[in-house]
Amino acid sequence: MYILNRWQRHWVNNTWMIISLLVVATLPFFLFLGLYLKSFLLLHDYHLGHLLFGKIWKPGIGQFGFFPFIVGSIWVTLLAMVISAPICLLAAIYVTQYSKTHLLRIMHPAIDILAGIPSVVYGLWGILVIVPFISRYLGPLFGVTTVGYSILAAALVLSIMIVPFILNILIEIFRAIPVELKEASLALGATEWQSIKQVMVKKALPGIIAAFGFGLARAFGETMAVLMVVGNVVELPKSVFDPGYTLPALIANNYGEMLSIPKYDSALMFAALILLVVSLFFNLIMHFFIIRYNRY
Amino acid sequence: MTLGQKIEEKIFKVLMIIATYFILAVLAVIIYSIFEKGVKALSWEILTQIPKGGYYYGKGGGILNAILGSLCLAFGATLLAFLIGLPVALYINVFLIRWKKVVAFIRFLLDLIWGIPSIVYGAFGFTMMIYLGLQTSLLAGIITVTLFILPIMIRSMDEILRTVPYGLMEASYSLGSNKSETAFKIFTRQTISGIITAILLSFGRAIGDAASVLFTAGYTDHLPNSLLEPVATLPLSIFFQLSSPVPAVQDRAYASALVLTMIILIVSLFSRGLGKRYHKTKINF
Amino acid sequence: MTDNKKIQISDLNVFAGKFQILKNINIELPENKITVILGPSGCGKTTLLKCMNRLTDLYPELKVTGDIRISGNNILAAREDIYKLRQNMGLLSQRPYPLPMTIYNNIAYGLKLRGVKKRREIHKLVVHYLQQANLWEEVRTRLREPASRLSIGQQQRLCLARGLAVSPGIILADEPTSALDPISSQYIEQKFLELKNDYTIVLVTHVLRQARRIADYVVFMYLGEVIEQGDVHEVFENPKMEKTKLYLGGTFN
Repeated sequence: MYILNRWQRHWVNNTWMIISLLVVATLPFFLFLGLYLKSFLLLHDYHLGHLLFGKIWKPGIGQFGFFPFIVGSIWVTLLAMVISAPICLLAAIYVTQYSKTHLLRIMHPAIDILAGIPSVVYGLWGILVIVPFISRYLGPLFGVTTVGYSILAAALVLSIMIVPFILNILIEIFRAIPVELKEASLALGATEWQSIKQVMVKKALPGIIAAFGFGLARAFGETMAVLMVVGNVVELPKSVFDPGYTLPALIANNYGEMLSIPKYDSALMFAALILLVVSLFFNLIMHFFIIRYNRY
Repeated sequence: MTLGQKIEEKIFKVLMIIATYFILAVLAVIIYSIFEKGVKALSWEILTQIPKGGYYYGKGGGILNAILGSLCLAFGATLLAFLIGLPVALYINVFLIRWKKVVAFIRFLLDLIWGIPSIVYGAFGFTMMIYLGLQTSLLAGIITVTLFILPIMIRSMDEILRTVPYGLMEASYSLGSNKSETAFKIFTRQTISGIITAILLSFGRAIGDAASVLFTAGYTDHLPNSLLEPVATLPLSIFFQLSSPVPAVQDRAYASALVLTMIILIVSLFSRGLGKRYHKTKINF
Repeated sequence: MTDNKKIQISDLNVFAGKFQILKNINIELPENKITVILGPSGCGKTTLLKCMNRLTDLYPELKVTGDIRISGNNILAAREDIYKLRQNMGLLSQRPYPLPMTIYNNIAYGLKLRGVKKRREIHKLVVHYLQQANLWEEVRTRLREPASRLSIGQQQRLCLARGLAVSPGIILADEPTSALDPISSQYIEQKFLELKNDYTIVLVTHVLRQARRIADYVVFMYLGEVIEQGDVHEVFENPKMEKTKLYLGGTFN
């Protein structure tokens, strides 16, 4: 038998639900507030422009220039997207439009597994496979001597990590388009490829761009795998074979010593704040982009 | 169809096939290299012992501390996220169903939270720890990971709860149930398989993430024995062992990676299997 | 009455795996008439229609055997240029599916496929076909808007204009009025009666009254088989088969 009567249970359940909802709904706000308060010390003493565009990073003497990390993050992210986006788009079109259904049945668990593999395992695989591949084959091919730990290595590992994420969204989008639309185009005498190119892809375009946007945001915040192969050298990379450093890697690498140097913890929390803002911003933009351009 | 169009279609079709099988091939290569390296290094000792003195210089011991630590952490976080997540998902789908705009806004908010990188949760968890005067501990790790997996948990439950037909809710009301009874007794039963899948999915994410526990859970060579003490985790043990210059220790990192990957593969297999089996009490419409 | 037979279908069988969707179809459809394919839902009407412009090619699991001759050519023969073939037929589906483009480009798309290249020519034809579908007056000021902003009745007329624009000899219509309001439906029916002077129209429907209103020739199908075919008066007033009688009498749907 229950301890509480029916209406008391109703009340308990209601309160529980509303409190939970409040916790979740206010979470982004608290994340922002917590990180902002922690990085306030730094923001108070330095000009925001100097922090974001300063090139010198010497926490020991109070020099906090985040520019090399921001540039490193952007390099790695964009390069990963350039590799990943066309592969995902082509594969999504193939499995939804051309291939028989059994390939989709293989693809779904494959995507699940790729998405499930932890970030450190991707990093480990990068060290085992990608890094030697770059130092032994890809570097010499372009006439570069490199140890392999580089922007390119990070981008390659990252490009694979975001495949399940982007591909999943793209497949959903293409499957949501009614097949009758393709039939309408075919019935007018278009070839299958013309129909896909001019009708299906066009119909899916807002979704495709949004999928890439979400993928970009995800890649920007990825930490462990990138940290393990990017080289972690604070400098502005001149080529993709140079080592670099990213914002998430900066945070993860230095948590141990951050309390020993003044304002260092503030600086790392500021880096986290940048990541938070960029991620929220990107997701926000993409969300409204879908609503705005889903008009055809 | 002109010749140019024919060639264009052919080229793209070949590219599409290459892209698709490239993805499958990469997956195969990843799994193969993890297994190939991991199986060689795996031993009974690694699975069942904690690190002994000089472990990180290649002496004896194992990663039992990290295996148990990761399991404790992931169980704790999944449980906590479930206790917060299920009510939210139910609230959206039973109580708020008429306020479409509010529901859309909450879903949007959840998607935003989902997009936040785990390192940000780690950093936030760390500031909270300092603020509350806690030190790195299992509890701090659990709380941080909970925040990280909450949106995943809620959104996947929400996706499945959305599919409950309106008629079932009306039927429940017409039998005299109130809203919370409808939510907790009818909706949960109808969607039990989906809820279990959501839990397992969240568990997989919780056990695999390193960035959020880096600051908060700490690391130790001992087995987890208290909520308030640091705890070792598998992702971090892989990371630390891999950065060692000693080959024998690196080998153990491969073994640890194999263990972690296996746990996650098993969990995801389970979620597929269970998803199929728990359809007994589900009513199909 | 001796009509030219535009479409001749003989021994057509369609299998989906072990399941047979169409069984031994033998029909002949007269030129410049409205042929109505009648029957309860799930009897294979839509599949029959899709065989005629080979949209069945899209579904590799379907196996199609037999002969479909259009003006004497067997279109199921693999070497037939299916793109030319499909341009010879306009398709109207159950719900309008406007292409994700502007209203103007919805028509221009087909024209370009047909090989019309000059912009002035395209413009002239777009206007012409929109007028043909009784849509011109309503959209003349909004040609550059996305087609999805039109009402559903207008969209269906746009789809009709789009189908006519590839200058087909045949119009295939798959319950084109089932998603429309009565007034829009009437528009379409009226249009079909006008168009039959120049086109051979094949209309799939399960609305008996619609069939009676506009059909010249009726094919009654049940569970993948043709039960009866003939002139509309014969079939409606003096059905030979028991099943046809029951269906027309409203005993089963």
